[in-house]
Amino acid sequence: MSDALHLEFEVSGNNFVSAGGASDEVKKTLKMLGIGAQYIRKVAIAMYEGEINMVIHAGGGRAIVDIYREKIVIVLKDQGPGIPDIDLALTEGYSTATDNIRDLGFGAGMGLPNMKKYTDEFNLESEVGKGTTVTMVVNFF
Amino acid sequence: MKLKNIVELLNAKVYCGEDQGDMELISACASDMMSDVLAFVKDQALLISGLCNPQVVRTADMMDIKCIVLVRGKVPTQDMIMIAKQKGIAIISSDYRMYSACGVLYKNGLIAGDQETI
Ligand SMILES: Nc1ncnc2c1ncn2[C@@H]1O[C@H](COP(=O)(O)OP(=O)(O)O)[C@@H](O)[C@H]1O
Ligand SMILES: [Mg+2]
Repeated sequence: MSDALHLEFEVSGNNFVSAGGASDEVKKTLKMLGIGAQYIRKVAIAMYEGEINMVIHAGGGRAIVDIYREKIVIVLKDQGPGIPDIDLALTEGYSTATDNIRDLGFGAGMGLPNMKKYTDEFNLESEVGKGTTVTMVVNFF
Repeated sequence: MKLKNIVELLNAKVYCGEDQGDMELISACASDMMSDVLAFVKDQALLISGLCNPQVVRTADMMDIKCIVLVRGKVPTQDMIMIAKQKGIAIISSDYRMYSACGVLYKNGLIAGDQETI
């Protein structure tokens, strides 16, 4: 554990301009560490979709990131409304996003499927009324 | 295709990246839905969109896209220009509608970003 680089970010729920800032920082850090471009791409897509989800569906949250030599572990934690049916939420095209959100370019229902597709480990825990925690691992090999 | 040729073909206004005219762009994708860009786009350099907000620039950056073409004469916000400058992303705007902008670029040899080859 001691060789992990630990990063934490507050993801604001009411600032659409700054949304994606945490993913941007992580991407920059991985680049600085010389991680392969194909892995950085996967991390960027998965974390950015997750960060946007916390902004548009959960009123913000926290991103806790640990970077090891051979992998990155990303935990996205929010205290939003939670997800009643996780299997349904993971279906391509399923979205509860309003027209407002769609006008912003999100709400295609591809976020969670993208996150799962681009990560080596994906775990979603959610309790209605309590919040949602997404844990993702991307291996650098 | 060089950025300056794209600017010319689309009769576009350059909002950011004036000094990037010689940048080579080899493929493109077009969408107003950012998750589509994140899901289907492989390696390309140009994003054509009718969406005009900071997340278009963020999405482009996540995918290492170096140029955004806004259609229907959309004017980028200050936030967009600020992020784009930091990231070295060019933003240009054309009066063409999405379909026409894509058609013009495709006809002139810019291939789709979701295909290996044509
Ligand atoms: N952090 C979250 N908190 C509450 N609901 C969520 C969260 N993330 C996703 N969801 C739910 O899962 C659905 C599918 O998510 P996603 O695949 O990212 O699609 P989209 O964000 O485009 O709606 C969302 O519409 C929403 O109902
Ligand atoms: Mg989403």
